[in-house]
Amino acid sequence: MANALLDIPGTVRRGEAFTVKIVLSHVMETGYRRDISGKPIPRNIITRFVATLGGEEVIRLDLTQAVAANPYFGFQARAETSGPLVMTWEDDEGVSYREEVAITVTG
Amino acid sequence: MRGFLALLLACGGLAAAAGEPSADRRISGFATMHPDTQAMQRSDRLNPAMLWVAEGARAWTTPAGPAGQSCASCHGEAVRSMAGAAARYPVVDAATGKPRDLAGQIRACRSERQRAGDWAPESRPLLAMEAFLGLQSRGQPILPALDSRLEASIEAGRALFNARIGQLNLSCAGCHEDNAGRRLGGSLIPQGHPTGYPIYRLEWQGLGSLQRRLRNCMTGVRAEPYPYGSAELIALELYLKRRAAGMVIETPAVRP
Repeated sequence: MANALLDIPGTVRRGEAFTVKIVLSHVMETGYRRDISGKPIPRNIITRFVATLGGEEVIRLDLTQAVAANPYFGFQARAETSGPLVMTWEDDEGVSYREEVAITVTG
Repeated sequence: MRGFLALLLACGGLAAAAGEPSADRRISGFATMHPDTQAMQRSDRLNPAMLWVAEGARAWTTPAGPAGQSCASCHGEAVRSMAGAAARYPVVDAATGKPRDLAGQIRACRSERQRAGDWAPESRPLLAMEAFLGLQSRGQPILPALDSRLEASIEAGRALFNARIGQLNLSCAGCHEDNAGRRLGGSLIPQGHPTGYPIYRLEWQGLGSLQRRLRNCMTGVRAEPYPYGSAELIALELYLKRRAAGMVIETPAVRP
């Protein structure tokens, strides 16, 4: 199963802000709904999303039921040296996901 | 050249039919969407439907069933063998002589050829494969199969499209032809052309088929929806495809 759609530049200029765009594949089940037999559907949302660049934390998100399915996030980062952009996220069922993109710094 | 002729014939047939919008007045729901939603559809890196397409692409080459055959074992590269397929469907199934839509063809391949477990209507793997196949026709015009055995179904679809149904006593045509471009509550009424299915509908927060959309409308007018895969829904699709002949396929589209 595809985890995410990534729109991330592989090469960036030193010290210049670049944009990271990511669409995460997730049902984001709120826990407020019931199935056809009336049984509550347990909550299953992404609870936390963390991105690090070269080991340093860039952004950390604590999510709630208010976020739609397959959420889209965009954020900006700045890099001084080349290194991996690592994004991890986990959901209520305890499943962890990970995506890594090498960022090369020029100039 | 043959394709072009078929298109001309299809458009000719359309213009001749009374009460339908003429070819140049037909527009896709894409044109009237908010620019943000349009941007989402335009970018394959933002369009959430591409998550399903990626799954379908993987399933295409994944062996299934006792013989360990994948779709690619018979059909080869989808980009070649499946180009234009979605633009043509529904077609006549050779074995039964009845119309069969793309989802029905995928399910038949899966259960009869691969002898792997069938995919339920509207299930994630089925939608993923349908989206992946639909993408192979993106940018191509809808070219309905020219087959006299389909005519009865197309006429049945036309009748269904124009028939008032449900407690609200509305027909498809009552909204999507007579009042297209006007508003129903806060929403713009589109002309109702099946150019982008399966679609990622923001309201659904997921991918859905044309049949889901049709059933959705039927429930909306408080009629009992026809079951998935029923002759009636396939007839409606056949009629809608003829009505939209020549319009460009956008699959996988995003809709509000």
